[in-house]
Amino acid sequence: MHTPRTTLSVRGLHVNYGDHAVLKDVNVDFPDRRLTAIIGPSGCGKTTLLRTLNRLIDNTEGTRITGEVLLDGQDIYARGADVTGLRRKMGLLSQRPTPLPMSIFDNVAFGMRIHGERPKQQIAERVEYFLRHASLWEEVKERLHQPAGGLSIGQQQRLCLARGLAVGPEVILGDEPTSALDPISTRHIEDKFTELKERYAIIIVTHVLRQARRLADHVVFMYLGEVVEQGPAEQLFNDPQHELTRAYISGSIS
Amino acid sequence: MEKSTRNRLLQEQAALWMMRSAAFVVFASLVAIILTIVVKGWSSLSWEMLTSTPQGGYYLGKGGGILNAIAGSVYLALGSTVLATGIGLPIALYLNVYASPSGRSVGMIRTALDVLFGVPSIVYGSFGFVLMLWVGIKVSLFAGIIVVGLLVVPIVARTMDEVLRSVRPEMKDAAFAMGATRWETAWKVVARQGLPGLGTALLMGFGRAIGDAASVMFTTGFTDHVPGSIMDPAATLPLAIFFQLSSPVPEVRERAYAAALVLTMIILILSIFGRLLVKRSSKHTI
Amino acid sequence: MGNRIFLSDPTACTAEVVAGARLLAVADRVGPDRAWRRAAMDNLMRVVVAMFAWCMPLLLLAIAIGLAVKAMPLISTTPLMDLLTSSEWRPLKGEFGFLAFIVGTVEVTLIAVLLAVPFGVLSGIYLSEHSNTATKRLAVPVLDMLGAIPSVIFGIWGVVLIVPLVRNGIAPFFGVASTGYTVLTGGLVLSVMVFPLITQVVHEVVRTVPNGLRDAGLALGATNWETTRKVVVRKALPGIWAACILGFSRAFGETIAVLMVVGNVVQIPWNPLQAGYPIPALIANNYGEMMSIPMYDSALMFAALLLLAIVLAFNLYARRVLKRMEIRAN
Ligand SMILES: Nc1ncnc2c1ncn2[C@@H]1O[C@H](COP(=O)(O)OP(=O)(O)O)[C@@H](O)[C@H]1O
Ligand SMILES: [Mg+2]
Repeated sequence: MHTPRTTLSVRGLHVNYGDHAVLKDVNVDFPDRRLTAIIGPSGCGKTTLLRTLNRLIDNTEGTRITGEVLLDGQDIYARGADVTGLRRKMGLLSQRPTPLPMSIFDNVAFGMRIHGERPKQQIAERVEYFLRHASLWEEVKERLHQPAGGLSIGQQQRLCLARGLAVGPEVILGDEPTSALDPISTRHIEDKFTELKERYAIIIVTHVLRQARRLADHVVFMYLGEVVEQGPAEQLFNDPQHELTRAYISGSIS
Repeated sequence: MEKSTRNRLLQEQAALWMMRSAAFVVFASLVAIILTIVVKGWSSLSWEMLTSTPQGGYYLGKGGGILNAIAGSVYLALGSTVLATGIGLPIALYLNVYASPSGRSVGMIRTALDVLFGVPSIVYGSFGFVLMLWVGIKVSLFAGIIVVGLLVVPIVARTMDEVLRSVRPEMKDAAFAMGATRWETAWKVVARQGLPGLGTALLMGFGRAIGDAASVMFTTGFTDHVPGSIMDPAATLPLAIFFQLSSPVPEVRERAYAAALVLTMIILILSIFGRLLVKRSSKHTI
Repeated sequence: MGNRIFLSDPTACTAEVVAGARLLAVADRVGPDRAWRRAAMDNLMRVVVAMFAWCMPLLLLAIAIGLAVKAMPLISTTPLMDLLTSSEWRPLKGEFGFLAFIVGTVEVTLIAVLLAVPFGVLSGIYLSEHSNTATKRLAVPVLDMLGAIPSVIFGIWGVVLIVPLVRNGIAPFFGVASTGYTVLTGGLVLSVMVFPLITQVVHEVVRTVPNGLRDAGLALGATNWETTRKVVVRKALPGIWAACILGFSRAFGETIAVLMVVGNVVQIPWNPLQAGYPIPALIANNYGEMMSIPMYDSALMFAALLLLAIVLAFNLYARRVLKRMEIRAN
């Protein structure tokens, strides 16, 4: 493997909800074509960090954000940054799958259509392509025009994956993307991640340490809004440098 | 059995009995209304009533019908519902997609809508009258549509607001995360998810518009003709019922009951139709 | 047909295939022109929807100002206190005392609310807590429908059933001779009109009380009714109060249904079996002549303003109470 290039890096990031400092001086480099797992006890700011990466945090009231998030070297919080454009470069999987209120086909086509993809033929081809890409095609090809809400939860999450991939992201973000899924669907998604990281930077939040061990190349450990330790997975799991990290990994804090 | 336990069970029985009778009174009185209207109205309802306008001597019991009022009411309700939806839906979208959820403006606008919701229709009518004087519009279908539209806006907007408020925030996030703009999120995702509820809100608005009497008195007027243009005055069913009921001629009073039956039927059909519509339009709702 | 290559072996997901995904996705092939148009549309709609929304407080203001301007001539000639406390109503002489109308309005509304609230709240609670599924399935759509019935229909029903009931039943029972067109009749008709509204809202509110609370009550050995009263109702209290506010608002300004049964006699109704003349009825009955008698239009617009003021005051007060209740309930 070649040395990872950095696509996304966070520099001196502070996030406040009102007076409550949720992220304090966060500095992280997310390597390209690797899977980075963000771990830490609940409430430590993992979701918040993830939401600052694609500026979804903009929609939350009363937040103050300082610092930089560099995507391909450009600060996404810079004045006049193209928010919709940058979001297109990142796919998002949320905790519970969120199919849009339309057919399976339209879900995948949604991103292409809003971004201006035109010819019908081309859209149809791509929908098929991305559904196959998310290993969902065989299960849904007979009912492409049925409501997406009729799929099982696991299928819905794969649909969301297909939908996200279809807009051509560079980064895939997942906020505990398997926490609502059954073991088999979890397995499906995890396998998918392993394949996809050949090509994308994947960043997932997880509170399941074993999942992080299984999947991650790179790990970021957070505690009370601060990044305590980050590094290659092997190193962080086998030889943690920080007392807190050791305690968390051994399960004595959670 | 212990005494206190028996007391408590007795109390339970009494409470249950009280609630049952309350529910009985509520439903019985409401069923009584429908029955009264059907029984009184059915005998004088005729094809002629539905398909002709008042002829000479109609108000003395001679021939003719209430087509003028049926047409007027339908035009008025359609126009004002379109107007109210055109204003109400954007407001609901503003409150749920554009404005910051905990911000000041949302609270203020919701309060304003709630207060407007409670403003009596006679006040809207009076305001309409003032407005018409200032702008210089005569009593007409147009004036009625404006004023009834304003009357219905808070109902439509607030109902739609409640509908859209129940859309999961994650769904909005999902759309935003794909690079959708606020408008695309609002229109293609949030409104679509709320579609069944939006339909219900629209029908509620229509029902309110077709049934309101106090606001149209000042603004729409009354005429024996089917309005030919939007600037003509128009008859409406509630007013037709009201006027005919106060007539000394028994035949005319009978027709008031028939007109009431027509209005009730419209409302009931609308309500049933609404349920079907909701079922159909909720196909894609998650 | 370059794209097709990848479709030929779709299950394989090699690095190449994934690379294809990047090529296939919309990426940057769509020009900046499109992005600009989308942003422009978004900004335009942002302005449009915000404008519509801010029109609502303005509408309220406009109604108040419009009515106030028209009422000005009357207010400037007769002191406000006199208008509100005098019951002399002689439009032709320019004497406008609104007391009889105010009392009429308050009485009718009070009767309606006092009747509708207990019945509505009890049946709402019954429906959600103590009735079986079949009853619910029937009752909910029926309530929906009945809630949509126009007020003029309630008026007719009042004339046909309640007026004779009061004339031949209730009034003789109290030893009073009456035409049946009384304040009580108006209150009765209104209360029935408000039934579905209150029942529906209370049902909705009580239904949303989490089951955990009920279980907790029952587990402590409380009977069903005790659980309802002490746990469920307490939790749902703000919502029940909100239902009552709605009921009041609906009853207070109701015009046509009341007008048809209340008698419309200008007098202070000392007891509910006398005829009364609520403010909405006053406006509706006289708008035809209001331009032909001096000051009459001003007086009627003042009456409308009065209605608005009372509704406004009540609403704002009730909302404050609601807020306090909500805080206490949590
Ligand atoms: N919308 C919000 N308003 C105020 N505080 C919030 C909001 N969202 C999250 N928080 C707070 O921010 C902190 C971090 O939350 P989050 O990022 O969701 O943590 P995690 O995902 O690690 O569990 C928590 O203490 C939480 O209470
Ligand atoms: Mg989280």
